[in-house]
Amino acid sequence: MAKGYIEFDYEFCKGCELCIQACPVNTLVLTTKMNKKGYRLVEDAEGKCTGCASCALVCPDAVITVYRQKKAS
Amino acid sequence: MKEGYELIYERPKSLIKVHNHYCPGCTHGVVHKLLAEVIDELGIENETIGVAPVGCAVLAYDYIDVDWQEAAHGRAQALATGIKRMHPDKYVFTYQGDGDLAAIGTAETVHAANRGENILVVFINNAIYGMTGGQMAPTTLEGQKTSTSPYGRVIDDMGAPVKIADMLALLPKTYYITRQTVADVKGVRAAKKALKKAFEYQKAGKGYCLVEFVANCPSNWKMTPIQSFEWTKENMFPYYPLGDVKTPEE
Repeated sequence: MAKGYIEFDYEFCKGCELCIQACPVNTLVLTTKMNKKGYRLVEDAEGKCTGCASCALVCPDAVITVYRQKKAS
Repeated sequence: MKEGYELIYERPKSLIKVHNHYCPGCTHGVVHKLLAEVIDELGIENETIGVAPVGCAVLAYDYIDVDWQEAAHGRAQALATGIKRMHPDKYVFTYQGDGDLAAIGTAETVHAANRGENILVVFINNAIYGMTGGQMAPTTLEGQKTSTSPYGRVIDDMGAPVKIADMLALLPKTYYITRQTVADVKGVRAAKKALKKAFEYQKAGKGYCLVEFVANCPSNWKMTPIQSFEWTKENMFPYYPLGDVKTPEE
C-alpha cells in the first residue's frame, strides 16, 4: 500500500473532527494539544497514512497538505 | 517535503490565507475551497467576478482571490445579470444561501433563471437562517425545529419546503441544474466536477447554471459537525435528492 504523510496548518484548524471521520484507515486522532484559538488538534498518531487525501478534501479550513510516496518507475 | 514523496493535495492558491469566520465544520469552508480549486485549475482567477450575498457568506470576498461585488440582500442574480451583460467575456458567479436566494431573493432568482442569464449560481441550502440566529427558512424541513418554529415546521401553517432546483428546472431557458453535497469524500469529488462543468458551460455561453449544495449548520442545528452531516444524510437527502436535476440536451 502506498505510504504518505500529512502536514497540518494548525493555527487554521477549528477542531471540527471531520478529517477523523473521513479517514479510511482510522489513523487520525484528536489530541489534547491546542492551538491559539483553543481548538484541540488532530494528529496522525499511528503513522498509517496512505496519502489518499480524504481528510484534506473534507477539511472546511484547508488545513491539511498531503504527500504520497512516488511510485517506483 | 520528504525525499521520494510527491505533493497530492494543498490549499488552493485562490483561497486567501486568512482566518475565516465560519463555525467549525461549516460547509461554506469546503465550498469556498472547491470554488478556489476550480478557478485555479481553469486559470481564470483574473477573469472571474463573484457576487457575494447577505448571510453567513457575506464576507466571501475576503476569502477567494477574485473580483467581487457585494449585493443587497437577495439581489445577487440581478447584479450578476448586469455584470455579465457589461462584461460578457468574464466568468460571473453568485454565491448565495437559502435565506438570500430562496426567501428575499426569490423574484430575482426566478427571473434571472427565466431569462437564461449566462451566469453560475452557487446555492447553499442548509434549511435554516444561519447568520441571524437559526430562524426558519423557506427550505426548512417539515417538523424541523428552529428558533421561529420551536415546535417544528407545520406544513399546513407554514407551507412546504421549497425545492428551488426542481422549480427552476421547469423554466425552459435554464441550462444545467444539479444538486450536490460535501457531506462526504465522494460528494466533495462529485461537487467539484459539477462546479467545473458549470464554469465550462458558461465559457461556451450556454446559459443559466445552478449548483445547489445540501449543506449543514452545526451551530444552529445545535449539533457537532459530524452529527450535522449524519442528520443531513438522514433527513435532507430524502427530500432534496442528490444528482442532476436538469442536464443539457445533447
